[in-house]
Amino acid sequence: MAFVDDLGAALDKTPGGGIILTSLDAVMDWSRGKSLWMMPMGTACCAMELIAASFSRFDFDRHGSIPRPDPRHCDVMVVAGTITRKMAPAVQRLYDQMPDPKWVIAMGNCAVSGGIFYYDTYSVVRGVDEFLPVDVYIAGCPPRPESLQDAILRLREQVSTDSIAPGKSRALKSDLPAPGSPRKGEPSTPGGDAG
Amino acid sequence: MTEQTIVNIGPSHPSTHGVCRVVVTLDGEIVTHAEPIIGHLHRGIEKMAENRTYLQVVPLTDRLDYVGSMYANWAYCRAVERLAGIRVPERAEYIRVIVCELQRIASHMMGIGSTGADTGAFTAFMYAFAQRDHVVELFEALCGARLTYNYVRPGGVSMDLPEGWVEKCRAFTAQHPSAMLELDRLLFGNVIARARLKGVGVLSAEDAVAWGASGPTARGSGVDWDLRRDDPYSVYPRFDFQVPLGENGDSYDRARIRLWECVESCKIIDQALDQLEPGLVKAEGLPRLLAPRPGDAYDHIESARGSLGVYLVSDGTPRPYRMKVRSPAFCNLALLPLLAEGHTLSDLVVILGSLDPVFGEVDR
Repeated sequence: MAFVDDLGAALDKTPGGGIILTSLDAVMDWSRGKSLWMMPMGTACCAMELIAASFSRFDFDRHGSIPRPDPRHCDVMVVAGTITRKMAPAVQRLYDQMPDPKWVIAMGNCAVSGGIFYYDTYSVVRGVDEFLPVDVYIAGCPPRPESLQDAILRLREQVSTDSIAPGKSRALKSDLPAPGSPRKGEPSTPGGDAG
Repeated sequence: MTEQTIVNIGPSHPSTHGVCRVVVTLDGEIVTHAEPIIGHLHRGIEKMAENRTYLQVVPLTDRLDYVGSMYANWAYCRAVERLAGIRVPERAEYIRVIVCELQRIASHMMGIGSTGADTGAFTAFMYAFAQRDHVVELFEALCGARLTYNYVRPGGVSMDLPEGWVEKCRAFTAQHPSAMLELDRLLFGNVIARARLKGVGVLSAEDAVAWGASGPTARGSGVDWDLRRDDPYSVYPRFDFQVPLGENGDSYDRARIRLWECVESCKIIDQALDQLEPGLVKAEGLPRLLAPRPGDAYDHIESARGSLGVYLVSDGTPRPYRMKVRSPAFCNLALLPLLAEGHTLSDLVVILGSLDPVFGEVDR
């Protein structure tokens, strides 16, 4: 039985059989990990690879990861692409609309750190982790669909260690930077960074 | 007239094909006004180019139109070559034509496929994307990247075709036209897709010209204008190909001529592969750091979305003084309020899809 195999050590059979003893956590984590529905927050180039990943060649449906455009259906937000300062409030709002427990995958260099748009530009948020708690980072510009596959499988491992006990849901790490405030990697005094 | 309702679509909506926000004023279900609000993907690429050397700008142009990166590469490189007076070897020109026609197929597969998804024919998207995957695989063999190629460089291309690539390319173009016929029956023969596309968002030829539309959007309205034929550049005059034209200017024509353009692209690729001669793929004697004489240059090519132009100003330093991109997606998107008025909200999605905007290029 696949269910018993997957749960492994968390599952115990009583002598004589017939009764399965397990913790609610183990069952919940097992079922959550097998159907991580994605909120495809595709803004730029990486969105193309995100689409490619869910189509016939790479076929993410077999992992139970189905892209759903509605945040209320989703477990994991895949931020694929550059997040600009204009877009960031919308991303934050969509994240807030997702039901707990929720996870975030930062796909591609732009979502990780700003990538190629780290320097010399005034409009790009330097990494989605400035305002969202990111669980898995994927490097690449853009990453291959296989990398996203790896990220989903790693996230599944992480999900299997979570608890469903109340009070364990995570708070946001930081708020959005206010316009004009010093950004990550910039000195607080103007004129110090020659670029 | 009933009370007006304002509905906000986007910036994250599966039907906006990117990060476009459309503020729609509705009378019942009929759109009275649709206002696209852009800039959600504004990354300041034109400004960034002023801080990069001429060669370092090429990767930035990849990220403009990320569905068709080769085009922006080529348009930029043509402007640089014009500015610096560089002569490109013939083999490099042929390779550029081949990769850009392949890119047109890849881009149109995305455009047609998403039209299918918008009209409820998701299977067509799967079939189209399977074709796109073949092209992407060819590009990966060519330059190692699936999406952002950085392949066309000032003076030529970054590297020669790898061994066995020509055969792989021929195998692709051999099967592609029949796949397009199949897709034509699957999507444009579908009674639901026809009902959703026919007569929706009719653009007259006069409006198409007056609003600066180009590419399949203008040609769908019967505007016979293709830079490959009407302002020939590179080695295009040596090829024999047709320019498909629409008749009614509705979403159906706009989407369907993309399909025939792919078939024509296959013809061009085959002819280019036949005429391909061994030789250099990059101009010799180029300085490591290009510093053109002060002046300006504009060059444009026919991208998958229309006339894509790059304007460069040089002040004699190794960095461009100003770069301006004339983006066809931006001009085509401007038509949305005109086309959507009087249609239902669900048709707005189809119209937006038939314009095939890419927001990396709209917002830059």
